[in-house]
Amino acid sequence: MFLKVKSPVHYILDFFEEMGEVGLLFFKTIKNMFRKPWEKKIFIQQLEEVGVRSLPVVALTAAFGGLVFGLQTYIGFHRYIGPGSETYGGPIISLGLAKELIPILVGLMVTGRVGSAMAAEIGTMKITEQIDALFSLGADPIRYLVVPRTLASFIMLPCLTVFGDIIGMAAGFFYNVYLMGVNRVLYIRNTLLYMEMWDVFSGLIKASIFGVIIAIIGCWQGLKAEGGAEGVGRATTRTVVIASILILIFNFFLSKALPASV
Amino acid sequence: MIRVVDLHKSFGKNKVLQGVSLRLNRGETLVIIGQSGCGKSVLLKHIVGLLKPDRGKVFVDGVDITVLNDDKLHEVTRKFGMLFQGTALFDSMTVGENVSFGLERYTDYSKEKIQELVKKNLEKVGLRGVEHLMPYALSGGMRKRVGLARAIAYSPDVILYDEPSTGIDPIRADAINDLIIRMKKDLNVSEFIITHDMVSAYKIGDRIGMLYEGKIIEMGTPDEIRNSSNPVVQQFIHGRAEGPIEKW
Repeated sequence: MFLKVKSPVHYILDFFEEMGEVGLLFFKTIKNMFRKPWEKKIFIQQLEEVGVRSLPVVALTAAFGGLVFGLQTYIGFHRYIGPGSETYGGPIISLGLAKELIPILVGLMVTGRVGSAMAAEIGTMKITEQIDALFSLGADPIRYLVVPRTLASFIMLPCLTVFGDIIGMAAGFFYNVYLMGVNRVLYIRNTLLYMEMWDVFSGLIKASIFGVIIAIIGCWQGLKAEGGAEGVGRATTRTVVIASILILIFNFFLSKALPASV
Repeated sequence: MIRVVDLHKSFGKNKVLQGVSLRLNRGETLVIIGQSGCGKSVLLKHIVGLLKPDRGKVFVDGVDITVLNDDKLHEVTRKFGMLFQGTALFDSMTVGENVSFGLERYTDYSKEKIQELVKKNLEKVGLRGVEHLMPYALSGGMRKRVGLARAIAYSPDVILYDEPSTGIDPIRADAINDLIIRMKKDLNVSEFIITHDMVSAYKIGDRIGMLYEGKIIEMGTPDEIRNSSNPVVQQFIHGRAEGPIEKW
């Protein structure tokens, strides 16, 4: 018995084919955003699903992210610069959280919680012919399923990031000021002095793009699911893996592309 | 009403349709029979525009739907109501929302009028007071009837049935057959049905066509099909394992 092994050329061709599919779905989604009818009910449901229901998990990850970031920053300043310099941890923690850590954590958490659910829901609809039924009943599947999810993710990811920023910064403040005895006034003064609004905004821009990535990958995998329950499971797993990797890659290039300050 | 001309469709190396041609006349019930996996559902999906053929045309009231974009296609598919094999009810919606789905998109009726039509169409298929139930709470036969209520709600000209008697017991299957006959009479529609259930095919079909190896190999009235001299047709309608059709 011989195992059929794909050649590297096939893997490369598959990769470009899949990138083409994602690109096409993205452009169809943008095109359909401006065409009526708008699925307001589904959009509002998705705002709740992506945003409100993700609040607990974002709060938890942001809190512990802020605490551990606060801890390491305190150790760093205390050990290498000297006692008293820990008050400069405030802007470092806030900058790191707002620009990098919180958008990434929110993106990865929402990928696991919402992106996978999108793939599973749409994949199940696909294999039970509900997508065909949508079409036969006059609803465009992209307008009905993909557009509301993409728009909701585009809007809610920055909102979750603002929420995560507040929780994370508060956790960093709590660790440094209340647990390690860092001077509260200086910590806040240094944070306000060195932080710019742009630092927060650039994180929000990233979060919006991560939102689009999560929704498009989740919907794409759901729409191409086949082969019953196993196919839906595969679509769900692939969504989490692909979207997570894309978020990390896009994060680097966006960090490079977005100006450090304006 | 519907004319299919030389339809070809392949999935990879698997040639599913290899030149299907047929016609559904207004007010007629046409049944297409064939083995499982012979391409009956693929044919049906071409007729409603869910699939695009590799070659060939599908005319609906003289309009070739294979060249239409999705928006134009929806103007044509408004004429179709389809009952899917597994019913394809939206499992995140109640029965009432399922039945009103097509009405909300294909008509500009008020909410009150839509609710009234939902109730009326559910009654047509013998269901009362189920509007607020979720599809998972229904039996197989009830799901089929809700699917039919959804398909007829916006008064289509043609109802398409994909294996309407599959997955339900013989008594309920016969009740579905009666319902199909009654729908045609009451709603004055044409019907296109695909099935491998010969009891259903004889009972509901005005004409029966057999799809085999990607082509319609026989077309005629139920009596003509019964008396066909084609050994493939004879093997299929008598459900014999031995004959020209491969068992597996």
